[in-house]
Amino acid sequence: MSTTMNASSMPGRPKDMKASAALGARRRRVDLIIRAACFIATAIGLLFLVSILGTLFWNGFSALSLNVFTDITRPPGSNGGLLNAIIGSLIQTAIGTAIGTPIGLLVGTYLAEYAKSTPLAHAVRFVSDILLSAPSILIGLFVYQILVVPFGGFSGWAGSVALAIIVIPIVIRTTEDMLRLLPDTLREAVIGLGAPKWKMITLICWRAAASGIVTGILLAVARVAGETAPLLFTSLGNLNWSLSLSAPMSSLPLTIYAYAGSPYQDWIALAWAGALIITLGVLGLNIAARSLLRK
Amino acid sequence: MESATTRLQTKAPMMPERASAALNEARLQVRNLDFFYGDNKALKNIDFDLPARQVTGMIGPSGCGKSTLLRVLNRMYSLYPGQRATGQVLLDGKNILDNDVDMNALRAKVGMVFQKPTPFPMTIYENIAFGIRLHEKLSRSEMDERVEWALTRAAIWGEVKDRLNSSAMGLSGGQQQRLCIARTIAVRPEIILLDEPTSALDPISTLRIEELIDELKRDFTIAIVTHNMQQAARCADQVAFFYLGELVEVSPAEQMFTAPKEARTQDYITGRFG
Repeated sequence: MSTTMNASSMPGRPKDMKASAALGARRRRVDLIIRAACFIATAIGLLFLVSILGTLFWNGFSALSLNVFTDITRPPGSNGGLLNAIIGSLIQTAIGTAIGTPIGLLVGTYLAEYAKSTPLAHAVRFVSDILLSAPSILIGLFVYQILVVPFGGFSGWAGSVALAIIVIPIVIRTTEDMLRLLPDTLREAVIGLGAPKWKMITLICWRAAASGIVTGILLAVARVAGETAPLLFTSLGNLNWSLSLSAPMSSLPLTIYAYAGSPYQDWIALAWAGALIITLGVLGLNIAARSLLRK
Repeated sequence: MESATTRLQTKAPMMPERASAALNEARLQVRNLDFFYGDNKALKNIDFDLPARQVTGMIGPSGCGKSTLLRVLNRMYSLYPGQRATGQVLLDGKNILDNDVDMNALRAKVGMVFQKPTPFPMTIYENIAFGIRLHEKLSRSEMDERVEWALTRAAIWGEVKDRLNSSAMGLSGGQQQRLCIARTIAVRPEIILLDEPTSALDPISTLRIEELIDELKRDFTIAIVTHNMQQAARCADQVAFFYLGELVEVSPAEQMFTAPKEARTQDYITGRFG
């Protein structure tokens, strides 16, 4: 349509109706191809997602029973549950988040409010981004070297520290991003009242960026709750009931890993149930994070 | 609101009658002030006074240095490395540009209101109490009293007294700006700096702020940066005209708008450039 209008208002050669009709047909064809390609790609992506979730929900819900939440892991054929794995995951995720969050929050604040664009800030940002995308098995091996080998054994502490190391760069990144979104006029308004900088940060900036920062923390929790690799060399997993952080500790991802590969039908069913529990938990955290950010 | 509307229609004066053109003694003196953004000299050898309990309007085209000057008077520029000022700004006989100045105490004395309203993400009450708590320890009842006083002086008490515990972010732009003025005067400064306080507001809100400025100058020394010549004429007792980092002219408002000394001032206020 627009080509016709432009052509008629332009000086020069009179418009060739046939050529412009051919051009229009070609454009419609290309448009159709691109649109079809996009649609097919989306359909393929959705197909995988739906089949994964469908299989998970189908197998997971059929394996889910009260027993899963009330009984601990038992030998095959003795109708065990996942209680120790669930509790172990909760404990290690909670401790990992509790260690990682304050560190990440303070580093992110340092980058956004103090270091800004100094060379040190660029270096810290760079290292943090590398850590963010480092394969998590490396973090597990690292903690194995510094906590498992010297202290003589796998432990819940080592697992928690490994998870904390994954939490830190996520919280750094979101904290810094959220603080940098705040307008400088807000900072000047606080300073203009005669407030020292630390009060500006802790009383106003953190509060103004709170929903974004909490979102980052929730996403970090969701990420580490499903991590297997960093726990493999640190907390090892434990088939017995144990709340001791100095001993090997069970967790859902490790139990899924162990059970899913076993030849026993009831263990495999439990692995599905565990996978469903993690997925629903992570989904819940993501929904919470999104609704917080929208507010 | 009713009276504001009618006044806007009937008066909207270019030159309101002033009780007296005489300026009071100086509350703050600027002497030989130069200001630099890095190597770029933004203010050149500025000399002028803020007369006590009167309004000084600062006018000039964008980038002429008027906002920069305002940010010198409470050392706001010190937040940013690379910005520096030389010369003297005398407040109570002390040069506030000295390195040993307690900037938090200075900013309690020299308050500032910004172009865009900047409410803090907390309740209306807490917005006001925040600044007070930085400098004073008040009992609950004293604090209530002070908050009410500040909101009343800023002509917003009537609108917010029933919702002190709701978020300040829910106020309208004009209300937010008056809240910011209340927050500034709650600290009981001696000088108030207003950086284009009405440029983001509608005419009615603008008028209310201008009325407020008129009322506040009984107690406070006020400097207001404005792009609006009529506003300067309506509010100011003294007007300073800046151009390209220089202070071209500073005169009592009446003189500035009727018989400016400088040709450049004449050209600017009659709209020939800027």
